[in-house]
Amino acid sequence: MEIFSQIYESLQYVFVQRAIIAGCFMALGCSFLGIFLVLRRFSLIGDGLAHVSFATVAIALLLQAQPMIVSIPLVAAASLIILSLNEKAKVYGDAAIGLVSSFGIALGVIIASTAGGFNVDLFSYLFGNILSVSSSEVWLTVFISLLVVLVTILFYHDLFAITFDEDYAHVSGIKVKTVNKILILLTSLIVVLGIKIVGTMLVSSLIILPAVSALQIVRSFKSAIALAGIFAVASVIIGIFISYLLNYPSGATIVMVNFIFFIGSFISGNLKK
Amino acid sequence: MPAEIIQIKNLSVKYGEIEALSDVSFDIISGDYVGIVGPNGSGKSTLIKSILGLIPFEGKIIFQGETLSDFILKNNIGYLPQKMSFIDQRFPATAMEIVVSGLYCQKKFPKRVTKNDYKSAGEIMETLGISGLADRSIGKLSGGQQQRILLARALIHSPRLLILDEPTVALDPQSRDTFASIIKKLNTEHGVTILLVSHDSGSMGKYASKLLYLDRKVVFYGTFDNFCRSDEMTKYFGADQHIICHRH
Repeated sequence: MEIFSQIYESLQYVFVQRAIIAGCFMALGCSFLGIFLVLRRFSLIGDGLAHVSFATVAIALLLQAQPMIVSIPLVAAASLIILSLNEKAKVYGDAAIGLVSSFGIALGVIIASTAGGFNVDLFSYLFGNILSVSSSEVWLTVFISLLVVLVTILFYHDLFAITFDEDYAHVSGIKVKTVNKILILLTSLIVVLGIKIVGTMLVSSLIILPAVSALQIVRSFKSAIALAGIFAVASVIIGIFISYLLNYPSGATIVMVNFIFFIGSFISGNLKK
Repeated sequence: MPAEIIQIKNLSVKYGEIEALSDVSFDIISGDYVGIVGPNGSGKSTLIKSILGLIPFEGKIIFQGETLSDFILKNNIGYLPQKMSFIDQRFPATAMEIVVSGLYCQKKFPKRVTKNDYKSAGEIMETLGISGLADRSIGKLSGGQQQRILLARALIHSPRLLILDEPTVALDPQSRDTFASIIKKLNTEHGVTILLVSHDSGSMGKYASKLLYLDRKVVFYGTFDNFCRSDEMTKYFGADQHIICHRH
């Protein structure tokens, strides 16, 4: 078939290979965290951090530095601020996210305009540019994704306990505050990775959607994570190929594929009843 | 080993300006079954949360001469929280995964769950008559079934002290009686010290050996017999005293 030969042909290009490798590893990291974030109602934190990363990317471009390297420590710091605000003002927890994220966007816009207006570079970070991932960015993505997966596995039972019943986890001797900090720092790492792949506008959807889709059908916690991983990786691969074939923006295409998976699992989950 | 399992000295808790608990002092002896009763807002749940280290307090709480964290590390506490009305119907965990999580207090980093752990979970679920629920999704169980799963979680590590916060409030009368007799058996046959918070002061006397009546401060602490004979309590409660006594 024509489509398969075109796909086969696309795999000969280094930039497509890099896009797939970086995208798959990043998707894996997203899916491991996504389940915990969605169940704990922290989904918007990913969105808030993505808005902060808009400012950190603008700062990096202004300093002519590597955006991912500059963003990692700054977004990590912002994540700890959001967590601390969230803990201190439980009633207005989501406003804390709004506070930090709107600060990020406003700062990013001001920096971009003083540096001479919006240029193509900044735009590509807003919406992703997976087909221009560099070799060093691939390595960084693989390394950080594996780190996220490893740390999540090491803290799996602590995260599970806190997600189900935070008070009981505390009484079991789990250091809840520390584990929350670890979760939020891992989220900030994944958000930074996602900037290149799907852009700051859409990175939180890659964290949330595979998890939400998986939650429609599974019964056990481990299978929720596994299925979210499958949805996330599949959506990246399918999304990249469709965007290559039809010349659509890859980030948005990946997110659309995720929506299709969600609709499928929602229907499937409701049919089971 | 000292006979007192918990000593509470001059415990006070403030929520902002409001004093939820004021100068509460009492000791719990190993093997006691203490019923904590009082009207709404009397500080019963606040007391439990202070004991478990979930909220800040003034005063001292001593566990067999140790701090709370050492006590927890030796996995001596089992806790059944107030009915979690927010167990999401879609929460992706089987009853087995929830029960096994009761063993986390015994585990060091990085926590791993072994075949033996699943075996222990199977055994405790068998004892509580809920083996059939092992692979069911926790969110889809009835209130009574969820309560027994959470009780299994609290008991799986064989704690010396079991703390229950309003455990039967969402159960039907028959489930309530079954649950109450399970707890009583744990106390009389297995020597587990029980601390049970309830707003239902009328039926407390049937099971508990001691009564702690709270109204932001200690109104009474002692055996039910002493409560019934106390003139002071007659003055305080009037006719209600005999409802609480339940010893006719």
